[in-house]
Amino acid sequence: MSRKKLITNVVRYVLYALMVLFFIWALQHHYLASIFTESDKFFVMLKQHLKLVVVSSFLAIIIAVPAGIIVTRKSFKKAEWLVSNVANLGQTIPSIAVLALMMGVLGLGFKTAIFALFIYSLLPIYRNTVAGINSVNDKLIDAAKGMGFKPYQILFRIELPNAAYSIIAGARTAIVLNIGTAALAFLIGGGGFGTWIFTGISLFNNDLLLSGAVPVILLAIMADYLLRLLEYLLVPKGVRRSAKTS
Amino acid sequence: MIKFDHVTKMFQGGAKAVDDVNFTVEDGDIVVLLGPSGCGKTTLLRMVNRLESITSGDISIDNKSIKRLNDIELRRAIGYVIQSNGLFPNMTIESNVTIVPQLLRWDAKKRHNRYKELMQLIGLDPEKYAKRYPHELSGGQQQRVGVARALAADPPILLMDEPFGALDPIIREKLQDEFLQIQTEVKKTILFVSHDIDEAIKMGDKIALLRDGKIMQYDRPADLLTHPKNDFVSQFIGEDRMIKGLSLHTIKDLLREVGLAEMPHQHYDGKTVAGSQNLRNTLSILMNQGAEQVIVTDHNEQEIGAVTIDLIQRYIAKQIKGKTDASLPFERVVR
Amino acid sequence: MNWLNDWITYITIDLSHILNLTMEHVELVGLSAIVAIAIGVPLGIYLTTNEALAGTVLQATSIIMTIPSIALFGIMIPVFSLINQGIGFVPAFIALILYSQLPIIRNTYTAIKNVNPDLKDAAIGIGMKPIQRLVRVEIPNAIPIIMAGVRTSVVMNIGIGAIASFIGAGGLGVLINQGITRSDEKLIVTGALAVSVLAIIADAILWIVQKLLTSRGLTD
Repeated sequence: MSRKKLITNVVRYVLYALMVLFFIWALQHHYLASIFTESDKFFVMLKQHLKLVVVSSFLAIIIAVPAGIIVTRKSFKKAEWLVSNVANLGQTIPSIAVLALMMGVLGLGFKTAIFALFIYSLLPIYRNTVAGINSVNDKLIDAAKGMGFKPYQILFRIELPNAAYSIIAGARTAIVLNIGTAALAFLIGGGGFGTWIFTGISLFNNDLLLSGAVPVILLAIMADYLLRLLEYLLVPKGVRRSAKTS
Repeated sequence: MIKFDHVTKMFQGGAKAVDDVNFTVEDGDIVVLLGPSGCGKTTLLRMVNRLESITSGDISIDNKSIKRLNDIELRRAIGYVIQSNGLFPNMTIESNVTIVPQLLRWDAKKRHNRYKELMQLIGLDPEKYAKRYPHELSGGQQQRVGVARALAADPPILLMDEPFGALDPIIREKLQDEFLQIQTEVKKTILFVSHDIDEAIKMGDKIALLRDGKIMQYDRPADLLTHPKNDFVSQFIGEDRMIKGLSLHTIKDLLREVGLAEMPHQHYDGKTVAGSQNLRNTLSILMNQGAEQVIVTDHNEQEIGAVTIDLIQRYIAKQIKGKTDASLPFERVVR
Repeated sequence: MNWLNDWITYITIDLSHILNLTMEHVELVGLSAIVAIAIGVPLGIYLTTNEALAGTVLQATSIIMTIPSIALFGIMIPVFSLINQGIGFVPAFIALILYSQLPIIRNTYTAIKNVNPDLKDAAIGIGMKPIQRLVRVEIPNAIPIIMAGVRTSVVMNIGIGAIASFIGAGGLGVLINQGITRSDEKLIVTGALAVSVLAIIADAILWIVQKLLTSRGLTD
């Protein structure tokens, strides 16, 4: 028992040490210097990056969640099969390809980037909405119907609250993915932290590279953490128990 | 009063789930829809609140055809209890119980009072459980809450689809007793689906025994047991129908009809039974103890006499079979 | 239709180049998957015996999973420059192994944990040693879920592999990359389509492998 504890602690502290070492090493070589020497530029990129993520994710949520709800209505059950299979195929297209293809259609620019991110994040939200609603026990729906719930009452009082965990987890996945994909937006003229990352790669400039990459990583990890918290707060207490991390 | 008038349900493909069913449920009665799985009992139940459509024939409540009622209104006027998992996991116990009053837009105070009333009725502490969630309750407690929820808006009719089916036998029996107690207070008109003959005998004022969507017999439990109409009915209730029938009678009935035996003279240290105990349990106590007799006590715990196997046999002969000679099928079972 | 003709012409001319890039892509993803399985499955099995470590490792891998790929490649360049492997195959290879760990370890861990305790009891009851239990009872019953983890990670890595071309690791991302810089849609569509088809084929092949490895007694 104590040996297992020991192994656990060794692993944990080695991971911490690696992280600390990385930052010490990076700071010693002034690899994060641009954040401070060019902080105005840094904040412009931060703003661009956040705008890309927030706008595209917001649009994706307000389109994909209703789409998932519509497709799970009784009269659309047949369409669900088709839409879901198309969605599965869509999932195999890599993010970079979606961005590139949108550039082909809409040209370079910030709006193209937002549109591409929007398209790319529709799928996880849609899939989780459908999966969440489909996983609500049929017996609950039956009980609700038998007690005289109207269709919209079944949706808002039974289906959505019990699918909340899955739906919100889908939104979280999409937002965190978007933070990473937004780093590619630079390639199609969308700005964001990708600006420093790609410039750093092509110029072999480690300072720019890390000044761009490290903030993106921290942004993604922080967003994931905060959204998990939000998820916990938004999911009704009674259904939290069945919620698993994924 | 619920009246089934030539009710038929045809599924796509032509299979008849319910086939020309006719019977009437009187106000305040519990009618058990009994039968093997696939006999159409659940379909028949669900036709009453229009969760299943009616292919032909009609069901009327107080002489009004349910076809002419709005289905949302109809369902809100009928309580509905299902086997398990019927509680909404996202709602607290209080919200679950008061959901129909909520849909009916009762004000908050009235709802809360109703909640407290109902929880007391089912024997759970209203304050303690108000903010809890269904998964924090045991199966038996959840099912009690399910019953409370169905009673919330005080509907005159309850539909119960194997409400105690998922519980273990001891808890099930306890809930059946409690529910019968509640029924003496609320006096609802109840349709109750079951596949368990013992449950049907215990719960039903009348039993409708179904097979392949048809009613085989619709009778009081005692009549079903003593006068099965056909082979299917007697097979379904089983060889031991006399013993099953005993659960419908108490020692008090026996006292009235054939009297008790005298108290034994020697020292007696076996079990005693209450006068309200049914004869089936009394018989098994007698056999378990291997004793000649078991002492009966009245409601003041006073010993008033003794019951013997012989007395029970005489009671069966007189009361259940309506004959004067105490003989046959029963003896075979006991010895 | 003109466009379609152009495209077909391009593919016929450049076919060998496209196939080379595909092979590079398959090599990168395939090799990293083999190494990832060799690390992840035993680690996942070990974690079932050490709860505290399981918590730490699963948390660490799930943090790795949230790191955007281009940013991970980005910090690998200076780090791997220390051993003169800043760009090219090595950092991409390592990154893909890291990304595979969450699905593979998590699925292995939960699958082994969730093997019916009655089966484990029965195995102990008939006198199997721990290693026999693992090989004959636990792993065979856990195979479908473990393989599902492998499939998830491979399909995901084929997509991430397309980004690895930006740090000189080659593969089908090269087509997309060049397509962007030259504004040439033919290249972009070819690259995107090839990557998707590759992912679908890989998923199908691994699905067949999963069926072959799963005892018929476990499938309905």
